[in-house]
Parts: sequence; structure tokens; C-alpha cells
Amino acid sequence: MAETVFSRPGALAPVITHYCPGCTHGIIHRLIAEVIDELGIRERTVGIAPVGCAVLAYNYFTVDFQEASHGRAPAVATGIKRARPDLIVFTYQGDGDLASIGMAEIVHCANRGEKVTVVFVNNAIYGMTGGQMAPTTMPGQIATTCPLGRDVEQAGHPIRIAELLSTLRTPSFVARAAVHTPLYAVNAKEMLRRAFRYQVAGTCFSMVEVLSTCPTNWGVPPVEANRWLAQNMMPFYPLGVFKTPDGADRAPTPGAGD
Amino acid sequence: MQNDVIMAGFGGQGILLIGKMLAYAGMHEGKEVSWLPSYGPEMRGGTCNCTVVISDRPVGSPVIRSPRAVLAMNLPSLDKFERDVRPGGLLLVNSSLINRDPARTDLTVVKVPANEIANSLGNPRAANMVALGAYLGATGAVSIAEVEAVVRETFSAKPQLVDSNLLALHRGFEVGAAATGKAVASVAEEGS
Amino acid sequence: MAKKLMKGSEAIGEAAVQAGCRLFFGYPITPQNEIPEYMSLRLPQVGGCFVQAESEVAASNMLYGAAGTGERVMTSSSSPGISLMSEAASYLAGAELPVVIVNIVRAGPGLGGILPSQGDYFQATRGMGHGDFRLLVLAPWSVQEAADLVQDAFDLADFYRNPVMVLGDGLIGQMMEPVEFSSDRQPIKELQPKTWAATGCPGDRPTNIINSLFLDPEELERHNWKLKAKYDAMTRDEIRSASYAADDDYDVLIVAYGTVARVCSTAIDELRERGVRVAMVRPITLFPYPYQAIRDAALRASSVLVVELSTGQMIEDVRLALEGARPIHFHSRVGGMLVTPDEVIEKVECILAGGAAEVSHG
Repeated sequence: MAETVFSRPGALAPVITHYCPGCTHGIIHRLIAEVIDELGIRERTVGIAPVGCAVLAYNYFTVDFQEASHGRAPAVATGIKRARPDLIVFTYQGDGDLASIGMAEIVHCANRGEKVTVVFVNNAIYGMTGGQMAPTTMPGQIATTCPLGRDVEQAGHPIRIAELLSTLRTPSFVARAAVHTPLYAVNAKEMLRRAFRYQVAGTCFSMVEVLSTCPTNWGVPPVEANRWLAQNMMPFYPLGVFKTPDGADRAPTPGAGD
Repeated sequence: MQNDVIMAGFGGQGILLIGKMLAYAGMHEGKEVSWLPSYGPEMRGGTCNCTVVISDRPVGSPVIRSPRAVLAMNLPSLDKFERDVRPGGLLLVNSSLINRDPARTDLTVVKVPANEIANSLGNPRAANMVALGAYLGATGAVSIAEVEAVVRETFSAKPQLVDSNLLALHRGFEVGAAATGKAVASVAEEGS
Repeated sequence: MAKKLMKGSEAIGEAAVQAGCRLFFGYPITPQNEIPEYMSLRLPQVGGCFVQAESEVAASNMLYGAAGTGERVMTSSSSPGISLMSEAASYLAGAELPVVIVNIVRAGPGLGGILPSQGDYFQATRGMGHGDFRLLVLAPWSVQEAADLVQDAFDLADFYRNPVMVLGDGLIGQMMEPVEFSSDRQPIKELQPKTWAATGCPGDRPTNIINSLFLDPEELERHNWKLKAKYDAMTRDEIRSASYAADDDYDVLIVAYGTVARVCSTAIDELRERGVRVAMVRPITLFPYPYQAIRDAALRASSVLVVELSTGQMIEDVRLALEGARPIHFHSRVGGMLVTPDEVIEKVECILAGGAAEVSHG
């Protein structure tokens, strides 16, 4: 008898996703599904899909889902959690959704200390609409609405959401991770596990920002996209834990220090 | 049969409260009632008013442009509402704070020195109750017994205020009844 | 339960609680602040939850999330805030979520004023947001009716899985009238368990997904026709109107809704005392609209007078009802002041004397 050493997580639906080759949404989905399985919370979890590339996320998990309008996932999550505090509620949002149109909702959700988990996928671009500039687009980075590169004089600098949310006084768990190599992915899963655990314990709001790639809209092959992320995004978006509910901000992050 | 009144004065004179008490008493008496306050920036300006309708039939418009009665607790209220009183209607004037006579000659005017009476009873804050009593005495819109019950209920948390407020109500009632000669039956009933 | 003198706003809040509403999401805006204030105190007493959101946008999306769990939920706002909720209204209708939205209408456009208006009639009855949808709209004329309709609104929302709007104005919100709540109120519709709610997916059942996205055009078309079938069912089963002084013959029929109809009832009483023959039909549901009741009543009159606090919005529905069968006259105030009984009386007398111009068609 062969021993099963690797299989699809139960919380991940047995379907093929619509994501582009080399996109890391699939990895992040899988990490979330593994955490849901390991915590044994699948049957009481409700996810919230965003508007953006992950708009169809509700097809990829075996948990109940709500589809939110653009940017409003943290408000929808608030409604669900207040109605049913026994449920485990997570949002899955991109950078246009969370850091642009949904900035008010994410800040106030965190500030109220809603006991929900936010997975924030930052790939520095609007993916679904075709590569427009995001609030997280890097200085000089080319996008379809900044064809000469992001001009910080006109568009300002990219917004660091993890740092921004960690300034709030309300206790929370805020971290940033990446998934462009297996080692980083292992660390990202650990961040997600901590985030969900804080929710299961009813402790606090939790958010994990995950740096992600968009080979299609960046216009580079997947391997090069991973390299571009490490060289350009990680210096500006440092990885680590920015805030914990007990106040131990910026704890060292294992495996993410190179 | 419908009684309606606009009660107006400074914020803090307890205008809205006596309006509510009148509406409550009317409701307890089995009448149809409505109470409508002024709202918005107006209520920040220091003056306030409310409209109370007490009727045998379902209340139509809760907004009354030509009320059957106006109770003016200060001069700005008299200036504002004197012209609106329905011809032949009732104008109650708090003569303690209003130093002019009404200009209209087609109204029943009752002057009530509400603050002076309240002061003489040792409860200066009860001027509104004097005024309410005067309105009841002049109109018989609601029986004073019902209003008394509402007064007791309103001040149930501060029982030491009940007697002076009831006294103020009755003093006002006497002024209103004497001025109009209308509510003698109620006075006799109340005295029995 | 005994009659209690209640402010309209408080009666609306209490009615929601009596109907089983346990979640309220709101944002301050005049003239409806007493509703969220009441709910912030009252809901915790019954194990419920009040959240003051960061905006009407957020409040209405919290409503969406909470409704998706199958709980009874409500929000309230006033005109500019309702505009901000129109995005969520579209998603709520698309995702077939039952919610109750109270609009205490103030005069607009823009910031406008804070006094009573009926200027949101089109917004309420023509779908409110983007896409092809309708709200069921209820318009009370008294505090008691506001309390009754709010309770009915929850049943109707659940039955049709559709947002229901209660459309009032500052007068309904601010005034106090006696209210009585029945202690053994039964739902007005036969309600099914909410098996569609997203509350965690036990075992192997397919996941429940609260969603308004249909990328397949065939599927979206089917969805839109399904929604249409619900609106048709509302039109068949939920139309409500009331008539006033219509048992006797009349020459002029007034059409008015909400607090304006209250004012008109006083005018009608006074006109009747003078021997002037006038009656009223009052729509209670604004969508679905009582076209037939208005047509039937209008055909008994020689002319029709529409009275509303807008520059002429409901008049379009009255035209649809009459199809030119009777001349239509119009009276309104649109700055926040109310129509007075005297104005209505004068207008009716003017119509009967042949001195009032009919509203132009076009």
C-alpha cells in the first residue's frame, strides 16, 4: 500500500483555476486551504471574494462564500462576523480592491478590531482590468495607465498597507509575506496560520499581506517575475510581522531574512 | 372635535415636555393625538416649538398652519406665531416674559404670569406647568385629572417635584379657566 | 400590548426589533439619527448588534454580509446617504438578499436641506442603482403604519429574497403618535427556511455562494428573468392602496402618499364640510404601484389632483394609470416646507372653478 504524502487540501475545490500561468494566486489559495484543514474549521468558515482577479475565488474553495462589491469585503466580513460570531470569516483581496477603492473599509475594519482575517494579495498592478496602475505599483513601474512608468510626483509613492495598519492603536496581527520561492511560501503559510489562529481564539483582527507576481501584466516570464518581485518589491515592502495583539511589534521573521 | 396648539418658547423652558404630556394625557383619555417638534438648525437657535393635535377622529395633518391655540412662552414666539392663530382662536401669553400686548383683536387672549406664579410656589422651573394648566383651563382639551396622572408618571423618579408641579398646573388652570369661563365644570370636578 | 406614544424613528426601530431584526448598520445623517440611536441602545438588550459604520457605503455592505447569513437586518439613512447605498442595493437585489432599508427622505438634490421631501420617488421606485432590478417600496402615512409596514417589510423581504424600502420623511421620523404592537403578530407570508444562507458548509453539500456575478450571458439572462418573475409576483400579490372619503360621489380625486396624504385628508374633511365633493386614493406600495386602483377611482371623478413634495415624479405613474382618461392637476412644495391643507383646498376649488391649468404632457 502506498502512503499518501501529498494531496489536495479538503478546503480546496477539485477544479482548475482561471489564473494565468505563473500567477501566485493559486499558491496562496492552497496555503489558505491547508491552514483551514489543519485548524479543522472548514465547515464553519465563510470566505469573501473580492472584485479583481480573485473574483471567482468562491469556485476554488469548499467553503461557503460571499462575493463582495469592489473594496467592500471588510464591510461584508464585518456584517457576517457580527451576525454569526461563531463563523470563521476571511476576505481575499487584491491591491486595487483593498488599498484603493476599499481603503476606508479596511482601515475601519481593522480599527474596530473585527475578529476576521484579511488576506491581502499585493502584486503591484490591477490584474483583471488589464494592467493599470495600482496604489502599490512601484515608482517607475510601467502600467497601462502610466505608460512611462509611475511618476511619484503625480501619483505619489506606493502605499505600504501592513505598515499603515500597524499604526492603529487597536490590537491586531499584521504581517507581510511572499510566496515566490518554496521557503517563502512556508513562511507565508505560518503567517496565515497565525492570523487564522488569532481569529479562532477570538483575539483580534488579523491581516497578512502577501507579495505576489503578475507575469501577464508585468510583461515578463514567470521566473523573471519572481526575480523582479525579490529585487524591486521586497526592498520597498519588507517582510515580517508588523504588529501582534500583545504589542510585540516587528518580531523577527524566520526564513525571510535574506 | 379637534384641539390643536402650537407651544413655543426658549429651549430649556420645557416646551416639548408639556407638549408631550398633553399628548400622553389625550391618548390616555382615548383620543387620537399627534406631537410634532420643530427640528433641524431651528432647534440649535435657542427657540423651539411643538404642535399637538388632540382629536376625536384620526389626526389628519399633524402640521397645523392655523392653530386653534398658540402658547407663547417668550416674545420671539409671540412675534412668530401670533399672526397664525385661527380667527377666534386662543392666544396664551406668558406675561412674565412678554412685555407687549398682542396686536390681534379677534382672539381670546389669556395672559399668564407663568414665571411669577412658579417662583411664588418655590419651583421656578415649573413655569411650563403653569402654562400647560392655563391651556387646559382655557380649553378643556384634556381633563386635568389625566394630566395629573401624567405629571406623577413623568416625575416618578423625582417624587419631591410632583407636588410643586401639580400645584403649578392647578394655579395655571385657575388662571385659564377664570379668563375664559370655559372650564368651570372641570374645576368643580377636580375639586371634588 | 398597550398603546404607547412613540416618535416615528423609535417606532420604526422597535418594529424592526419586534420583527426579529437583530443587526443594524448605520451612519449618522439628519433627519433619521434617532433610528440608529434607538437601535444602538435597544439591540444589545435583545442579544443583537449595532455597528456605526465608517460610511453609508460600508453600512450597506455590512448589511449585505449579515443578510447573507440569513439573519434579519436593517439599515436606515436619508437621501444623500441612500445614494451612497445604491451600489449595495444593486448587489443585494442581484444576490437576492432580504434586507430592509429605511429612507427618511430630505429635500435635495445634493445636500439640499434636511426638511421633508418626496424627491427620492424615482430613486426608490425605479430600481435605485445600476442594473435591472426593483425594490419593493412601502410608504407609511402615520407612525402606527410605519411600525406595521416595517414589520411587514421583513416578511416581504424574506419571502421575495429582495430588498424592501420603507420610504418616509422627516415628519414621520420626528412626530409622536400612539403606537400599538401586537403581541402575537404572525408573518404575513409563508416563509421557507433560509437554506441558501452562507453559514459554513457542513459535509459534502455544495457550497452556498452569495453572489451577483454571472459571467455566462445565458446564465445572467436566466437570472434576470428570474428576478423579473419576482417583480411580477409582487405586482400581482403585493399592491396596497387606501382610499379616503371615496364612499360618496366626488368630482375631484386627489392622489397623494405618505405624510402628504395626511395633509390632504384634512383638506378633504374641510372641503366635504363645505359640500365640495373630493376624495383621495393613497398608494401604500409605490412599487408595485396601484395603477388599477387609481384608474378605477379616477374614472369616477371629473379631474385628478396629484399632490407630492417633488417637482412631479409620482405624477408619471398617475399618467400611466390614467392614459389620458382624465385631466391631471398638480400641487407641490419642494424646498422642505410641507403642503398645507389650505393650499390643497384652494387648489381643489380652483380646479372646480375651471381656473387651474392641467399639467402638460410631455
